[in-house]
Amino acid sequence: MSCAHEQNRGKASVDNNRYKLKGEFHVAYPNTPIFNKQGKLCGVTNPRDMTYIHSYGAEAPFFEGLSKGVLKGTKCENPDCEYKGSVYIPFRIYCPDCLKKMKIVDLTAAAKKTAFIYTYMVCERSGAFNTLDKPIKFINVKIEGTSTILMSYLHLGEPSIGMRVVPIFRTKNPTYTITDLSWVPQGTPKSKLPKGFSF
Amino acid sequence: MIKFSKQQLKIPKMMRPVYLVTGGMSEFRRAFPEKRTEELCVEALTMAAEMINMSPAELKSYIHTCYYGHFADHFGDQLLGESVIHDRLGLDPLGNIGVKTGGATGGSTLWEAVKAVASGYSDCALALGWERMDEVPTDEGNHLISCAADKDWETPLGHIYTGYYAVMAQKYWQVYGKSEDSFRKTMAEIAVKNRGYAYHNPFAQGGMKITVEDVLKSPVVAYPLRALDACLMSVGSACCIVADEKTAFKMCKNPLLVYVAAGTHTLRPADRRDMEIPLLPNETKNTYKDLDKRFPGGELYPGFTGFLAARMACYYAYRMAGVYDPCEDLDLVELHDAFTISDIQSYEDVGIRPYGEGRTYVESGDCYVTNPKTGKPGKLPANPSGGLIGCMHAVGATGLMQVCELMLQIWGRHAEVHGDAKRWKSFGKTKPKDWKDLQVKGAKRGLAISHAGVGSHVTATILVDPKHQLKGGKA
Repeated sequence: MSCAHEQNRGKASVDNNRYKLKGEFHVAYPNTPIFNKQGKLCGVTNPRDMTYIHSYGAEAPFFEGLSKGVLKGTKCENPDCEYKGSVYIPFRIYCPDCLKKMKIVDLTAAAKKTAFIYTYMVCERSGAFNTLDKPIKFINVKIEGTSTILMSYLHLGEPSIGMRVVPIFRTKNPTYTITDLSWVPQGTPKSKLPKGFSF
Repeated sequence: MIKFSKQQLKIPKMMRPVYLVTGGMSEFRRAFPEKRTEELCVEALTMAAEMINMSPAELKSYIHTCYYGHFADHFGDQLLGESVIHDRLGLDPLGNIGVKTGGATGGSTLWEAVKAVASGYSDCALALGWERMDEVPTDEGNHLISCAADKDWETPLGHIYTGYYAVMAQKYWQVYGKSEDSFRKTMAEIAVKNRGYAYHNPFAQGGMKITVEDVLKSPVVAYPLRALDACLMSVGSACCIVADEKTAFKMCKNPLLVYVAAGTHTLRPADRRDMEIPLLPNETKNTYKDLDKRFPGGELYPGFTGFLAARMACYYAYRMAGVYDPCEDLDLVELHDAFTISDIQSYEDVGIRPYGEGRTYVESGDCYVTNPKTGKPGKLPANPSGGLIGCMHAVGATGLMQVCELMLQIWGRHAEVHGDAKRWKSFGKTKPKDWKDLQVKGAKRGLAISHAGVGSHVTATILVDPKHQLKGGKA
């Protein structure tokens, strides 16, 4: 990819409920032929370089919260719901039972005090576009008082089932994606946190 | 805790019996650089016609509606690929529709075709599936597969589906496998069996004679899973043709009764909530009263260790077909062995063994065509095709390949198709000198499980020789 294209990479903003686009959202590369060893034409390559424009909708507060060091979940407060009081992380906009819009709740303190690894996996491989260091230590974190078990990744140490962990947040240069949330073993000093992350 | 209403637990009812008339497959490979997808689909449909001594044109003349299973449009950079194939099969202007349920796409496609016939809308329907996974390099392929996870909450975490899946394997490994070397060896035995069975299957991509040691020495993908524990990534096509009773017996001598049911569960394992275990016909609450004491850490159901969608698919399908105990009432199974460990998990979801005891299905020798411990026929052979680990995982075709294999077994035509030297040659292969007939003697009833990723969608298909219908099997 050319430097010029990198600088002019497509960006989007919203004004009056409409997307305003700036820069290049795709780059056209010429296709190339594919031959077999005998020189027979088998096909062609079709290069694609595109940038998608994606709305977080009412989940945006969660991703914005990470950039400010806050872990948000949602809670059903519908008095008529059989499962009133259930707390969800991953953050859900609507209660999966009564479909009423849920209340946003701050789970940061509960996560710091009670989170533990329910299960984990150390993965040696990744797919294209991965931005995390390998091996990736996938962890599923249970926070007391919630109905679900959040997927995330451990930044330091070796994971084990039952291990107490605390959340860390990419508050410097956030990406506004789920990778802005990570975890470290309980008791990790601030000085050991990865660049850009804070408690 | 989640519960189901009485209405939701209603056993599905078909308005009339549905029969599998025939089926066919292409060869399966990692890549077909010199074949278009339509060539593979035509091969599958042509084989289906040949199986019942019809020309493709004659077979097509019966088809009224078409269901196409093709999961990953973005792999082929072609939307409405179903319409391309429909046209190339010369089936316009019949109605057609695409079906996409991840790894369960093949089974779901058949589910739709069966319902079209059961309802009376069509007398004969086609379910045809394929996948084209060779049009991008493996890295990009891993990214594209990871798009089947939640794009905001999971995909950015490594763009690798294995990671989202393998956390479940880790939990099962520690809670139910107790991280024992003996359990790890049992996992490896599944890979040895399925690759070994695929060695005798001309359609298969990954037939190999390997040992437990080979599996245990293969590279770690995500501990305890190693490269030889994993299924294949494949290209190919498979199809099934279903019809009502009158049409089915007109088309062939021995059509097979077919029942399909489906279940689903959260796309993100993170969203799973605790619930009671839905019981299969041969289970009671007592079956699981001390499960968490026997397996500390297994307090939650399904937690990250059970596939609720598979349990629900069987909950419905067993009662539709009259299956009480799968080990007694079925003669063979084709399971979705995406990984060796998930194969063990599935044994429990589908009731071959109670939860917590899946490993004993392998360790007893029951899952083999010939039980290695006794030298006698296995009680309920699993995946004589080689399954996903040995034969193929061309996503949209996988569930249909499984049903074709069951069909050949129940028809007693396994050797005729798999042992045909001409077929091996037509695929550019040589029939092995030590080729073995894996026909399950006297097979009358079989089960195929088609399963998506972390268990988001699962179908259970039961094929029954109508002369051996189970008491309680309904139309």
